[in-house]
Amino acid sequence: MPTISQEYKTALRSVSVDLNNDVSLLIDIPDALCERDKVKFTVHTKTTLSVFQKPEFSVPRQHEDFIWLHDTLVETEEYAGLIIPPAPPKPDFESPREKMHKLGEGEATMTKEEYTKMKQELEAEYLAVFKKTVQVHEVFLQRLSSHPVLSKDRNFQIFLEYDQDLSVRRKNAKEMFGGFFKNMVKSADEVLISGVKEVDDFFEQEKTFLLDYSTKIKDSTTKAERMTRAHKNVADDYIHVAAILNSISAEENTALKKHLDKFSDMFEKLRKVEGRVASDQELKLTELLRYYTRDIQAAKDLLYRRARALADYENSNKALDKARLKSKDVAQAEDNQRQCMQKFEKLSESGKKELTSFKGRRVVAFRKNLVEMAELEIKHAKNSVSLLQGCIETLKNC
Amino acid sequence: MDALSSGCTVKMGEGQNPLEAMADSTFSASDVLSDLPNDLLGEPPSAVFGDPLSNISKQESTSNPAKQSSKLPSDVPCDIFDPLHGTGMEPKDDGKNASLIDIVINPVTSAKDNLPVDDLLSQPEIDIPAKTKTEQPAELRSEERPKDEPLSVASSKPKKDLFEDSPEDLFSELPKTKAKTKPQMDLFGDSSPDLFMDAKAAADTGPGRNAPADLFSEESVATTTSKSAKSNISANSIVTANSKANGVHSDEEEQDIFAEATVELSLDSPHNNRKTLDTTKPSEPASSLSAAAGSSKAQAKTLEELEEEESEDKFELNISITNPEKVGDGMNAYMAYKVSTQTTLPMFRSKTFTVRRRFSDFLGLYEKLSEKHSQNGYIVPPPPEKSLLGMTKVKVGKDDPSSGEFVERRRASLERYLQRVVCHPSLLQDPDVREFLEREELPRAVNTQALSGAGFLKMINKATDAVSKMTIKMNESDVWFEEKLQEVESEDQQLRKLHAVVDSLVSHRKELSVNTAVFAKSVAMLGSSEDNTALSRALSQLAELEDKIEQLHQEQAGNDFFVFTELLADYIRLLGAVRGSFDQRMKSWQRWQDAQTTLQKKREAEAKLLWANKPDKLQQAKDEIAEWEGKVTQYEREFERVSATVRKEVIRFEKEKARDFKKQIIKYLESLLQSQQQLIKYWEAFLPEAKAIA
Repeated sequence: MPTISQEYKTALRSVSVDLNNDVSLLIDIPDALCERDKVKFTVHTKTTLSVFQKPEFSVPRQHEDFIWLHDTLVETEEYAGLIIPPAPPKPDFESPREKMHKLGEGEATMTKEEYTKMKQELEAEYLAVFKKTVQVHEVFLQRLSSHPVLSKDRNFQIFLEYDQDLSVRRKNAKEMFGGFFKNMVKSADEVLISGVKEVDDFFEQEKTFLLDYSTKIKDSTTKAERMTRAHKNVADDYIHVAAILNSISAEENTALKKHLDKFSDMFEKLRKVEGRVASDQELKLTELLRYYTRDIQAAKDLLYRRARALADYENSNKALDKARLKSKDVAQAEDNQRQCMQKFEKLSESGKKELTSFKGRRVVAFRKNLVEMAELEIKHAKNSVSLLQGCIETLKNC
Repeated sequence: MDALSSGCTVKMGEGQNPLEAMADSTFSASDVLSDLPNDLLGEPPSAVFGDPLSNISKQESTSNPAKQSSKLPSDVPCDIFDPLHGTGMEPKDDGKNASLIDIVINPVTSAKDNLPVDDLLSQPEIDIPAKTKTEQPAELRSEERPKDEPLSVASSKPKKDLFEDSPEDLFSELPKTKAKTKPQMDLFGDSSPDLFMDAKAAADTGPGRNAPADLFSEESVATTTSKSAKSNISANSIVTANSKANGVHSDEEEQDIFAEATVELSLDSPHNNRKTLDTTKPSEPASSLSAAAGSSKAQAKTLEELEEEESEDKFELNISITNPEKVGDGMNAYMAYKVSTQTTLPMFRSKTFTVRRRFSDFLGLYEKLSEKHSQNGYIVPPPPEKSLLGMTKVKVGKDDPSSGEFVERRRASLERYLQRVVCHPSLLQDPDVREFLEREELPRAVNTQALSGAGFLKMINKATDAVSKMTIKMNESDVWFEEKLQEVESEDQQLRKLHAVVDSLVSHRKELSVNTAVFAKSVAMLGSSEDNTALSRALSQLAELEDKIEQLHQEQAGNDFFVFTELLADYIRLLGAVRGSFDQRMKSWQRWQDAQTTLQKKREAEAKLLWANKPDKLQQAKDEIAEWEGKVTQYEREFERVSATVRKEVIRFEKEKARDFKKQIIKYLESLLQSQQQLIKYWEAFLPEAKAIA
C-alpha cells in the first residue's frame, strides 16, 4: 500500500492552483491508503481558529466524503454566487491495473529483466496516479480553506473535524439517475434562459469567453493526454529495445559486443529520461489543463446560476406588471420581485468578484506550470545530450 | 569433364588417368599452400627473388618431372614444390586456378590457367625481357575473344599496364620485391579487391615469366566462382563466368579460346611442357587448397586478416543510387534508378559512370550471383524484397507521401544491397557485377517473380528447415560450424524480435508526432480564445513550439526507421543468406556421404563377385570402384573447400556486421543527439515567453 512521502507532496502542492494559504487554517493529506478501489485519505488540519475544538487533528476520509462535501456546497443557496471548487475526480487505477494485467499475460514473451523493468515502470505509473489522486483531493480542500466564505462553511468544518467515519451513503441508482436528470434539466434550462437578454456586459463577455474556452480546453486536454500517452509508449519501447539489445550482446563475442552493450545501456538510460519527460508533461501540462477544464465548468455553473436568477428576476418583473395590471396580489408580487432582484444583484456582485479572481488564478497557474515544464524539458534534454555525447564518444573510441 | 581432360592428355601424348592427375595436382596444391606462407613470412623477399635466373633454371628442370609426375603421384608434390619456391607466388596461383577449374568442372579452363605455369617453367631466363614483349601481343589477341563476350569487358587494359610496367620493375628494382610480397599474401587470402595490386605484384615477381602476367590479366577479366576464388585470381573466373552464363556446354567455346591462346604462347616457348602440365592438373587442387587453408588455420587466418585490412584501405569504389524516376504509366510503370559508380579500380573502363537500372535488374543480378556463388558456400547479399503493395501505390498514387517514402526506402536499400555486393572481394570480380554497373543496356531480367517478398523468405525458411533436419543426421565433425550455426540461428531470432520492437518504436514515435501536431493545433486554438494577452501569446508560442517538436519526432521516426530498422531488416535477410551457405555446406557433405555409401555398395558388390568367382564382371566392378573412389575424394575435397569458404565467409560477414552496426549505432545516436539539441534550443526560446505571462 503506497504511502505518500512528504517531500513529494510539497513538490506537487499547488501544482495547478496558486493557493495563498491562510495560516489560520492549514490542511493537508499526509497519508493515504489504497485498498482495491477505495482510497482512504488522512486529512490533517492545523488551525488557530476557535471554531475548532483542537488546534490540530486528523480524520480519515474517503473519496465519497469529498463528493458529499462538494455537493452540499453546490446545493447551498448562499453560495450560488461563488465558484465552488471542482470536486476531485474519482480515483482511477483502471489503466495501470489493466496494463499490469496485460503485462502478466505477456510475461512469457519477455526476458526476465525486461519484465522486471516493465513491472517497475507500471508500478511507478501506479504510484504516480495514486499521488495525483491524493493531490487533487488535497487541492480541493485547500481551495476551500483559502476561500473567505467557503472556509467558514459548517459542513466543511464538520468534514475536517468529525473524527468518526462520516459514513456518507454512496449515491444509489435512483439518485444517480436523478443527478443525470438534473443535468438534463439544467442544460435544457440553459438553452431556455439563453434567450434572456443580458443586462451586464461583463457577464455577457464572460459567458462567451467561458463557453468558448471550455470547449477549447477540453479539446486540448484530450489531445495533451494522447500526446503524453504516446510519449510514454515511446519510453516503454526503449525498455524493450534495451532488453533485446542486451540479450543480443550477451550472445555476441566479437568486437560488436562492446558496442551493443553501450547501445543497450544508452537505451536504458534514455528510457528513464524519456519516461520523466512524459510524466513531467503529464503533471505540468495535462494535469493543469484537466484541472482548469473542471474549474471552468465550475465557473460556468456560477454563470448558469446567475442567469437563472436573472431569468427569475425578469419573470418576477413580468409577474409584478401583470399583478399591477390586474391589481391583484400586488404586494406579494412586489415582494417576490424584490427578493429576486436582491438575489440577482448579490449573485452578480459576488460572481464578478469570483470570476475576476478566477482569471487571475488561471493566469498565474498557467505561468507557473509552463515555466516549470519548460525548465524540466530543458533539463531532461540536456541530460540526454550529455548521455548521448558520452556514449558516442566511447563508441567512437573503441 | 573427363572427356575434355582426357582429350588434353591425349594431345600431350600421355595416356594418363585423369583421376590420378587430379590427385597429383591436389598434393602439389596443398604443399604449395602450407609451405608458401612460411616462405613468404620467414624468408626475406630477397630469398625468393634473389636469384631469379637460377630459380627459373631450376624450374625448367623441374618442369620435366612434373610431366612425369602424372605417373608417379608421390613425386609430383616435391617437384611442384620446388618451382614454387623458385617462382614465389605463381605456383600457388596455378594451384588455385586449377582448383577453381575443378570446382567449375571445367577442365579446359584449368588447362589454360596452367598455361602460365608452363611458361614459367619452360621459359629460360634469357628470354624474359624478350618474351614479355613478344608474348604480350599474343595474349592480347587471345583475350580479345573473351572481350567480345559481354563478360570480359575491361580486361585488356589492365593487362597492358601490367606488361608495360613489369619488365622495368622486375629488373631494375630489386628492393621492390618486398612490397610485392604483400600482395602475394593476398593471393593466399581474400584480398581480391586488390586484384590489380596482385596482378602487378605477380607481374613484378615473375621476372622471367610472362605467364603470370597473363594469369592475372585474365583473372581481372573475370570473377572467381569458387571458394578458393579469393586466393586464385581470375583466370578461372573468366572461364567459370562464361560457362555459367552460357551454360555448361559452353565449355567448348572457351576451350577454343584458350586453345588458341596456348598455341600462340607455345610459339614462343616449349609447347609440350605446358600442355603436359595442363593436363596433369585437371583435378582438384582447389579442394586441397581449401583443406590446406583449413588445417593451417592459425597462420593462414592471421594472414587473411592482415590482408583484409589492407584491402579495405585500398578499396576504392563508391556506388550511389539516386534519382528514382517513374517510367511509363499505369500498371506497366516502373521505377528506374540512377546507379553511379566512382572508382579508381583499373578493372573498370572509366573512373565514373552512370547507368539506369530498374528493380528487377537488381533482382536479376542477385539471381545470377547466387546461382554462381552460393553453391560454393559464398554469402551472396540478398536484395530487398519485392513489394507488390508499395509498388502498386507508386504506380497508382500520384503524390502520396507514403509512396514517396516507399521509393526512398527502396532506393536506400538497393544502394546498401549494391554496396554490399561490391564490398565482397569475390563478387566484385564477377563479370555480371561489372556489367551491371557499367553496361548501358541490360537484358531484361526475367523470372524474378520467385524472389518476390514472401516467396523469397519462404525459400530461405525452407532451406533453413532442411538444414536443421540435416544437422540432426550429420554428426558434425567441426564444432566451429555447429556453434556458429546455433549462434546464427539464435541471432536471427533475436534480430527479428528487435526488429519488431523497433518497428513498434517507429510507429509509436509517428503516433507521438501526429499527436503532438494535433495538440499544437488545439493549443493554438486555446491561445486564440485566451483573453489574457500575455497568456494568449505564450500559448500560441507553445503551439509553434509543439509544431517544431512534431517535426523533430517525425524526423526521429525517420531515423529510427532508416538507420535502425532497415539495418536490422538487412541483417535478418543477410542471416538468411548465411544460413543458406551453411546449407550449401551441408548439401556438399550429403553428397560426399552419398558417394561413400555408393562406394561401399560397389565394394560389397565386388566382394560378392570375387566370391562368386565371376572375373568377367570383376573388371567392371573394379573400374566402378575406382570411379567412385575418385568421386568420394573429390566430394570430400569439395566439402572441405565449401567448409573453408563458409568459414571464411562467416568471419568476413561478422567483421562486416560489426563494422556496419558500429557505424549505424553511432549514426543513430547522433541523430538522437541532434534532436535533443534542437529540443533544448526550442524550449530555451520558449522559456522567456512563459515567464512573460503576467
